[in-house]
Amino acid sequence: MLIKLFLSFAYIGTFTFGGGYAMLPMFHRVLVEKHRWLEKDEVTEFFSVGQCLPGAIAPNAAVIVGYKQRGIIGSIAAVLGVTLPSVVLILLIASLLDNVAGHPIIQRAFIGLRICVSVLILNTVFKLWKNSVVDKSAILIFAAVFLLSVFTNLPVAVLVVAAGLCGIAITNLRRSNAFNGGAK
Amino acid sequence: MILLRLFYEFFLTGLFMFGGGLASIPFLKQMSENTGWFTLEELLDMVAISESTPGPISVNIATYAGFMAAGIPGGIVATAGLLLPSLIIASVVARLLSRFRNNTMVSATFYGLRPASLGLIAAAGLIVLRHSLLNEELWSHTGRPLDLFDVRALLFAAVLFILVNRLKFHPILFLAGSAVVGILIF
Repeated sequence: MLIKLFLSFAYIGTFTFGGGYAMLPMFHRVLVEKHRWLEKDEVTEFFSVGQCLPGAIAPNAAVIVGYKQRGIIGSIAAVLGVTLPSVVLILLIASLLDNVAGHPIIQRAFIGLRICVSVLILNTVFKLWKNSVVDKSAILIFAAVFLLSVFTNLPVAVLVVAAGLCGIAITNLRRSNAFNGGAK
Repeated sequence: MILLRLFYEFFLTGLFMFGGGLASIPFLKQMSENTGWFTLEELLDMVAISESTPGPISVNIATYAGFMAAGIPGGIVATAGLLLPSLIIASVVARLLSRFRNNTMVSATFYGLRPASLGLIAAAGLIVLRHSLLNEELWSHTGRPLDLFDVRALLFAAVLFILVNRLKFHPILFLAGSAVVGILIF
């Protein structure tokens, strides 16, 4: 069972490109259709929970699936499975590129790649804007974190924790305001 | 010693990155500035390769960055550091799943985390865009404003931005195309 768990996740890790939600259909195919370990809705739910936890989304979902199947050992088997193929492949590519990185053609290819990656990163911001920045207080948090990140060297972790606390504070303030408003 | 530091830095990244994938980039940008393990250009190269290879993107980036810092052991240690918080936290949550789902505290925290995560990615994106589009080094030598702008790069970025928005292709196609365009025009 543990080996089957590991191999299934290794298969998922090998044949999905793009990470995150791009891996959801493959999770579905392997875990629901092939092995019938999970119900259809469970996979989607584990992904949305995985997205709410710190860390990479697909490994988070893998940990939850593994834990449901076999406890903590299952978690370890699943997360090793889903990450091992890419670790091996990246180490291979990195070692190979190390030898040819100075070649002019490779360098020119990477000039193009860097521009593309920058564009893709900014495009992600536009795509996520509507779901993440939902009102004026959220715009304030976005702006504050953005400016602090550009102009100071405050640790990213500190900004993340502060923003989480702000979220809790604002939500509680609103709740007590709504409560007082309702009492009048 | 460097392996210990790598583990620590990536453990922090795994513990505080929210939203997966590109959410790790702000942490790596700061790592590049603070440790000198890799340059910003190298970070972009790693992201390009990580998006074009199978598997979770942030895991790929961690492996690559660890390799840049300390070879193959570095790649393994960085990845382990990134994944350990996931393993602990997601296992605990798996046990309490039904309680986690309906927790108002979680949604309140995310009300703050989502725009913050986006602000961090936007800042990192802007800084790497500046690096890949502007010739600040050349400009500081010559002082001529025209030397600051790499016209080909700017045009290419503008065209790419429109295409990425119009065509819903997989990012790998854009990356592959950009590598070819890079070879042809730079």
